[in-house]
Amino acid sequence: MKKVLHGLAALGILLAGSSAFAAETATGANHAAEPTHFPILAPKEQKWSFAGPFGTYDKAQLQRGLKVYKEVCSACHSMNLVAFRTLADLGYSDAQIKAFAAEYTIQDGPNDDGDMFERPGIASDHFPSPYANVQAAAAANGGAAPPDMSLLAKARGVTRGFPLFVVDIFTQYAEGGPDYIYSLLTGYNETPPEGMEIPEGTHYNPYFVSGKSLKMAPPLSDGQVTYEDGSPETVDQYSHDVSAFLMWAAEPHMEARKRTGFSVLVFMALLGVLVYLTKRKVWSNVEH
Amino acid sequence: MSGGHSTYTPKTGIERWIDARMPLPRLVHDSFVSYPVPRNLNYAYTFGGILSIMLVVQILTGVVLVMHYASDTSLAFLSVEKIMRDVNWGWLLRYMHANGASFFFIAVYLHIFRGLYYGSYKAPRELLWILGCIIYLLMMATGFMGYVLPWGQMSGWGATVITGFFTAIPLVGTWLQELLLGGFAVDNPTLTHFFALHYLLPFVIAGVVVLHVWALHVVGQTNPTGIEVKQKTDTLPFTPYATVKDAFGMIVFLAVFAYFIFYMPNYLGHPDNYIQFDSLKTPAHIVPEWYFLPFYAILRAITFNIGPIDSKLGGVLAMFAAIAVLFFVPWLDTSKVRSAVYRPWYKLFFWLFAINAIFLGWLGSKPAEGWYIPAMQVSTLYYFAFFLVIMPLLGLFEKPKQLPNSITEAVLAKNKGAAAHPAGATAASESNG
Ligand code: HEC
Ligand code: HEM
Repeated sequence: MKKVLHGLAALGILLAGSSAFAAETATGANHAAEPTHFPILAPKEQKWSFAGPFGTYDKAQLQRGLKVYKEVCSACHSMNLVAFRTLADLGYSDAQIKAFAAEYTIQDGPNDDGDMFERPGIASDHFPSPYANVQAAAAANGGAAPPDMSLLAKARGVTRGFPLFVVDIFTQYAEGGPDYIYSLLTGYNETPPEGMEIPEGTHYNPYFVSGKSLKMAPPLSDGQVTYEDGSPETVDQYSHDVSAFLMWAAEPHMEARKRTGFSVLVFMALLGVLVYLTKRKVWSNVEH
Repeated sequence: MSGGHSTYTPKTGIERWIDARMPLPRLVHDSFVSYPVPRNLNYAYTFGGILSIMLVVQILTGVVLVMHYASDTSLAFLSVEKIMRDVNWGWLLRYMHANGASFFFIAVYLHIFRGLYYGSYKAPRELLWILGCIIYLLMMATGFMGYVLPWGQMSGWGATVITGFFTAIPLVGTWLQELLLGGFAVDNPTLTHFFALHYLLPFVIAGVVVLHVWALHVVGQTNPTGIEVKQKTDTLPFTPYATVKDAFGMIVFLAVFAYFIFYMPNYLGHPDNYIQFDSLKTPAHIVPEWYFLPFYAILRAITFNIGPIDSKLGGVLAMFAAIAVLFFVPWLDTSKVRSAVYRPWYKLFFWLFAINAIFLGWLGSKPAEGWYIPAMQVSTLYYFAFFLVIMPLLGLFEKPKQLPNSITEAVLAKNKGAAAHPAGATAASESNG
């Protein structure tokens, strides 16, 4: 009887699992010209220095990413939650941060006369917005406001579907955000399938999560940003760097988090062994 | 609490002085030291202790979060990000609290399934079970309102959808919804209402937990055999036996909890909640937190009108009925035998129910389209059939296996042959107690 029950239970799990899997693959197979589910293509999984239990940010990469953000993306995208002082995480000295901040003009005030005034940025300021408000941002970009970048790497994540979402727990896959941004930035050169209509003023990108095309024109081109450390000046490299930088911007304490986590788990493991041995000892004189 | 026969003996003068005036140490001793527990409890019985720990974790992290949180729509999202970025160890507090809610629910689901498997709800534990159901309801309200506080897209839209259910109720529905929201739509009054209630409810939960534990200590725990304690050899004192076993269970549970906090803190959340709420931008798919998903699937399974009840009201009724039915389980199960261990058919249907519940949860995360809809309907049907048809009928027709005469007998029979312990061990254990 027990065997039969186990068999039935296993069968049940198998059935539920395979029907779920079938569903995932079925919804992925959209009608090519008029897809109803997005993104059309799943993000391309990349290697990141910060992935995994011992992952750390690559400071040189973050510095390059900052440069890409500053010279390209910041023309349209704000990053309101990030303060200049936190750039110390990227390996900059206080003096460098001061100089970096001073390149920005910050509106402050009112002063004693009641007037708003402009001054050079200081370390405690946040990155200023390129537009006065969301309406202005939308108006300048064909009706779609470029989203704030502070949390973008955590605010995008393509549903992984069964069975990947179970596997992810064990592989600690938590890089859906940067994978998505990288794929989007490098996904503009694909040609739309035959018969697909791309609305005026938008650009086809099969990696875009909310439609077949978006209002952002391809922002990067080869050689656009000069790197001082000899890294390749390609769209692919820029995209990696800026995606890593945006992950840092969204999760600046990730390194501390993972480091603390390791100590906590080691402690729990030791405590667990001790308590387990104690439990064995306590229970050794009773049958249970 | 343990049925009157206290074994507490104050040893020092101070203890005697206190004992004569307010016997709190006696209460603690009788409830957590000498309190007799069945000797055959397995790890499924550690979730009660785990749940208490999780409630404490939520209250402690919550109170500190409140010190930095601002319950105003223009500040809430920013204040949570300030906690994540600028408050010392703020990221840890917030990730503990957000994942703590999830692990609280994981524990309560395992606790409830333990109860369903071993028939813990049967007489004389009906009240104990109902108090548990009340705690579960309060947890759902607390979790739902807490999720609104960070004021992300899913916060606001989840609140819009869930409070929208109330409008399906005839006559008072709209009034009730507006009372909850503090207006016509999710806005500042909604946030302040939910914040106040989110702070209050955990303490109400703590109060009901006290009643739950009180009821438990009057009737005693069940055990995997489902047979009541009959003799002294059936039980062991809570301390050290249950204490150390519970401690080990807790450490394993907390280690998994820590794994999520430190390595996958956003796995159980929704990316859209990192976008500030915008009442003009509806997300593509609005999904509640994972722990509500089975009920969300049941809600959307009702796509047809039933007589005067339209599909919307039907869905809401089905969803509330799915929770309400739990309260009646003690009377729906007609079996004379408590534990699934001795009920081969119940065991089968129980595991199907568990798989079905997980499947419902997965369906809950899917849009209501294509084959998902009939799947939701079949799964919902089984959910209700389990309680309303299988439970009552199985008790009448199923032939249970031979029950042992006592817990002690069951334990000794199980260990016979494989036992490494000398036969005298049973007696020895008692002198310990
Ligand atoms: C000329 C202005 C402009 C520049 C420069 C620009 N963007 Fe955008 N970006 C936009 C607009 C507009 C949108 C909104 C598109 C939409 O929703 O249709 C957008 C959206 C995005 C999105 C979100 C897509 C989504 O899933 O919603 C990402 C990611 C992004 N940009 C990354 C970048 C990066 C990285 C850079 C710098 C390398 C950059 N952008 C430079 C205008 C710009
Ligand atoms: C039953 C126990 C509790 C549960 C299940 C619970 C659940 C939740 C949930 C799901 C969130 C959203 C987390 C997120 O996504 O960010 C939240 C947020 C919050 N909770 Fe609780 N909570 C509990 C107890 C408390 C208590 C006792 C307090 C205060 C005394 C509190 C204060 C807060 C605050 C300030 C937030 C907003 C900050 C944030 O989003 O992280 N909570 N809670």
